[in-house]
Amino acid sequence: MNTFAELTIVLIILLNMAMSVSGSLASCIRLAAAQGVAAGLLPLMAAGGAHGRAVAFAAFIIALKGLVFPWLMLRARELTGARKEIDPLIGYPASITLCLAAFAASAWLGSRLPLPEGGVAYIVPASLATIFTGFLLITTRVKAITQVVGYLVVENGVYIFGLALFVEQPLMVEMAILLDVFVAVFVMGIAIFHISREFDHIDTDALSQLSDWRRGEEG
Amino acid sequence: METLETATRFAAALLLAPLLPGIVNRVKALFAGRKGRPTLQLYYDLAKLARKVPVYSRTTTWVFKAGPAAGLAAAVCALGVLPFGGRPGPLAFEGDFLFIIGLLAFSRFMTVLAALDTGSAFEGMGASREAQFAVFAEPALFLSLAALSRVTGEFSLAGMFLSLTPDSWRAAAPVLALVTAALFIVMLAENCRVPADDPDTHLELTMIHEVMVLDHGGPELAYVLYGASLKLWLFAALIAAAVLPRHSGSWLYDGAFFLAAMGGIAAAIGIAESAMARLRMLKVPYMLMGGLIFAALAMLFQTGR
Repeated sequence: MNTFAELTIVLIILLNMAMSVSGSLASCIRLAAAQGVAAGLLPLMAAGGAHGRAVAFAAFIIALKGLVFPWLMLRARELTGARKEIDPLIGYPASITLCLAAFAASAWLGSRLPLPEGGVAYIVPASLATIFTGFLLITTRVKAITQVVGYLVVENGVYIFGLALFVEQPLMVEMAILLDVFVAVFVMGIAIFHISREFDHIDTDALSQLSDWRRGEEG
Repeated sequence: METLETATRFAAALLLAPLLPGIVNRVKALFAGRKGRPTLQLYYDLAKLARKVPVYSRTTTWVFKAGPAAGLAAAVCALGVLPFGGRPGPLAFEGDFLFIIGLLAFSRFMTVLAALDTGSAFEGMGASREAQFAVFAEPALFLSLAALSRVTGEFSLAGMFLSLTPDSWRAAAPVLALVTAALFIVMLAENCRVPADDPDTHLELTMIHEVMVLDHGGPELAYVLYGASLKLWLFAALIAAAVLPRHSGSWLYDGAFFLAAMGGIAAAIGIAESAMARLRMLKVPYMLMGGLIFAALAMLFQTGR
């Protein structure tokens, strides 16, 4: 079974790379959803124990990350009319190179962290690289929705990291995290909608120039 | 007896290589609902071209004439190193995977020189594109083979592919899957197949390889075409050995299995070409970068194993 788990980890890393170069908002949302589904399937393959509670929990996570979140974000995209390309602050080749470098650094770091020996190789580097990709998406993209996507990717990374620590997640902890994320996505969806209704766009770069000092400077 | 077997395998590779583009074209014709070219079309073309008398422009020098011959010689030499159905080629030696990469680079260099020698801006453009894409394709190929070498602990192609067994897929599935993907992308780009270049197009803005060999004619064009089919054979053989590691005692069985795998890969190319449109010229480096990323990831996975 470990073979499939390792292939899933490869898929997760490749999805990181794909997200760092994807040019359209919708595809970025879908890639993040696919990554969430892959991460949700991971405990079923890694632990080898597909018993009732684990299956139910995995099904819940997959439904939330694979259906509800993308639906909410695609809806926010529709409502705000943010259909254009993502226009990142740094170029795509630079993004993917950073992603690859992040994976190399995570592989080095993962070999040095004193962690319990999990059954699946590369779970820690993959989770660290995923968290880094999330931060990359948050910092280098100007659209607010992409930053929400980056936030979700960070959550995926944290979830995968949790798998490395415990073979099975403590249910309550994971539920709490998921609830947080759910509320956050919900709130951000509403916030993005309001921002776009106020200012006709959701370009966060422009938000930094809204304050009074600029008016004082010019006047 | 051993020598005879090796010679038979080498001759079989040389003879069967022009069949691969034929299979690709048949599959494409099947998908498009056309009747298509005959499977043996490349053989007919080669025979026709071999009878012709080449014409040379007055601006060209010996470099122009040397290009196709050197390219073909490098391809034949690379085929001599390449294992056939898990058995070593006649020239196999320790560390020969570097030699094969060097031969491919040499053949590209000679083709580019011959294209520049014509003095035509058009061919210079093709040469520049070829060199640009090689920047990504060569490291990808190198890293893929290096990762395979790390997986098996061998330094010759024959040794690598002999120690690849179904068990290595169980142990190192991510590495082998990534290497296969990287090799497939490099194969599509290096052999001017569809997402990178269209072998059938003759529009000057879209051509890469085709444009460099426009001025060659007669037997020299035959060299170029034959060398290209040998190159396709080489990449397909690398993929076949990585994807389907399978060895039995009898070399006849191994050989038949290998040939079936080669046919399958040619069909896969045909399907990929029918399913995909040609990428924009600006996007091709991105595709090759993807191949490079696959290869680099394979190497990273292997080193941390």
